[in-house]
Amino acid sequence: MTIPPLLMGHPLASKEHASYALLTMSRIRKFEEAVEDLFGRGMMHGTMHLSIGQEASPAGVCMALNLNDQITSTHRGHGHCIAKGANLMRMVAELLGKENGYCGGRGGSMHIADVETGNLGANGIVGGGIPIAVGAALSSQLMNKGTVAVSFFGDGAMNEGAFHEAANLAAVWKLPVIFICENNGYGMSSSTELAFKLDKLSDRGLGYGIPGVTVDGNDVAAVYEATEAAVARAKAGEGPTLLEFVTYRWKGHSRSDKNLYRTKEEIDEWKTKDPILHFEHVIKERGLLNDEEIAEQHRLAQEQVIGAVNEAMKGKPADPAGLLDSVFKKVSA
Amino acid sequence: MSDRKLTMSEALREAMAIALEERPEVFILGEDIGIYGGAFGVTGDLYHRFGKERVRDTPISELGIVGTAVGAALSGMRPIVEIQFSDFTAQAMDQIVNQAAKIHFMVGGGLHVPLVLRAASGSGTGAAGQHSQSLEGWFANVPGLKVVMPSSPYEAKGLLLAAIDDPNPVIFMEHKLLYKVAGTEDVPEGAYRIPLGVSRVVREGKDLTVVATGIMVSRVLAAAAELDKEGIALTLIDPRTISPLDMDPVYESLEKTGRLMVVQEAPEHGGFINEVIAKVVTSQSMGHLIAPVARLAGMNVPIPYAPQLEKAAVPQVDDIIKKAREVVANWR
Ligand SMILES: Cc1ncc(C[n+]2csc(CCOP(=O)(O)OP(=O)(O)O)c2C)c(N)n1
Ligand SMILES: [Mg+2]
Repeated sequence: MTIPPLLMGHPLASKEHASYALLTMSRIRKFEEAVEDLFGRGMMHGTMHLSIGQEASPAGVCMALNLNDQITSTHRGHGHCIAKGANLMRMVAELLGKENGYCGGRGGSMHIADVETGNLGANGIVGGGIPIAVGAALSSQLMNKGTVAVSFFGDGAMNEGAFHEAANLAAVWKLPVIFICENNGYGMSSSTELAFKLDKLSDRGLGYGIPGVTVDGNDVAAVYEATEAAVARAKAGEGPTLLEFVTYRWKGHSRSDKNLYRTKEEIDEWKTKDPILHFEHVIKERGLLNDEEIAEQHRLAQEQVIGAVNEAMKGKPADPAGLLDSVFKKVSA
Repeated sequence: MSDRKLTMSEALREAMAIALEERPEVFILGEDIGIYGGAFGVTGDLYHRFGKERVRDTPISELGIVGTAVGAALSGMRPIVEIQFSDFTAQAMDQIVNQAAKIHFMVGGGLHVPLVLRAASGSGTGAAGQHSQSLEGWFANVPGLKVVMPSSPYEAKGLLLAAIDDPNPVIFMEHKLLYKVAGTEDVPEGAYRIPLGVSRVVREGKDLTVVATGIMVSRVLAAAAELDKEGIALTLIDPRTISPLDMDPVYESLEKTGRLMVVQEAPEHGGFINEVIAKVVTSQSMGHLIAPVARLAGMNVPIPYAPQLEKAAVPQVDDIIKKAREVVANWR
């Protein structure tokens, strides 16, 4: 299985960039469809939070990041992980509780981290990753790394104290961090109308002296452009930016969700704003990719996901014997 | 009222409905407890029956939720907070530990905090390290908090009603694997209260006294049924509230059995069950022991994700059987 090397740049910059952006979004979608299937067949346990419908955000953001730029992610983090360059096989292996999974079967879907691609980890705690990204940015500043840290979080997370404290710290220390709110309209069942007295969540930036920008989160090019500007600002030593990407989660919050808090019409309407279809439309119009080339990206993505699942199935189940030894990092002599 | 074998969710919901009907000052607040019916479905239809003022959905703000509840409790209301997973009490720790627990004492008695904090606790759902902990020991170590661990639907209803009546902050730890399991006892339809601070002798047997909390009560019962076949008879004591802790039935039982085993899901190191052991070995009861105390607890590891790892990390029925056998066989 080949993993495409990370490609930076505007999703519409070239045929290559367009292919890459489309492939990334398609890989995320197909990965999550496969996860849903594994779950449905009882092969995966625990819970899962799917980001189907939200693929433009991770894909667009990560095209503005270097391999050594860091991210913190969320419970809905498969997309961030994949877009940052993670190995699909090791992701599936983790979900299947295998020894060769990213966390050796100890973490599951909500805790995948990948040191090599700068992913400091998904998180089971809403808002938990936000101050951590600020800390990564502080380290970059102190050690002159020239890198940025990106924290992905949901609309719901903006009402945790962690967001507020982290945003203020980042602002007063002018840290190279980018706060990315993926506003999918709901935190579990609470709509942003119920949970906020704001039309634009990015207005929260004002309270901390941080620029706040809201863009269409289903437009991978717009996502890239907003992120690219925030990265430039961070690298110039001007401090953090708060970005709000407006998007929508097609699937339930998790497996137990009966969707009682929203209508089928609303879900269907958002499906017409599919970030993948939207991008296909744009790239065809611009003559970047034709139908065949588009289909080829989806075929590639599907092939990679199937390959990853098949390979992961062969892995050795994680062994309880190793548990006690996994709690602490060994103290070097 | 024959055949009312409810699940723990249903029993808890009945208790809350009774409290909402009985007392206008009772209200519930928490994340997704309204239309969604609660992350584990415990509040269910209460939102539709009692309205959004009294069954209040909140933003995702645990510290704010608990703090608001503390303020309301100080000012005439009787809030029931639902925290989706007990792990997220960590977000609200200042309000629980530094505020709610101490206010009555620190101000010299002029204020009190009639607050119940319900939280889904424990492992077994594959939700890994941040959604599976058994944190009751933290709270039991804070003077001013009462800590309840219901072990069945019948117990849950009676204990929750007593907790709501109590004028103090009560942490109510509900094991999530018990939510959907129907109990073996009928749950009376109306109100009944099980006083906080009174242990329950679940069953009596001559060979070994077992003290177990929460979900471990049903696991020990299952083990006891197996051990009966081998002629090993267990006494099982469920403290119900780990703070305050009623030790009298344990002391009484040890006079007959002379052997003690303690079982909890929480990690062994620093865990609540060690308190039970300490109380026994620092009292007259020590003189009745004919065997070293046996201790079964969770491993000192975060709860892992993979099913085979998760099972290995906390005591299972087989572990209890094995350990009980050992104690009784080795110390005749
Ligand atoms: C501190 C904390 N509180 C509550 C939860 C339960 N929970 C998990 S995800 C979620 C909703 C999060 O909403 P949002 O931040 O908008 O992210 P989304 O799920 O929409 O991607 C909730 C309430 C949690 N995991 N952590
Ligand atoms: Mg959301």
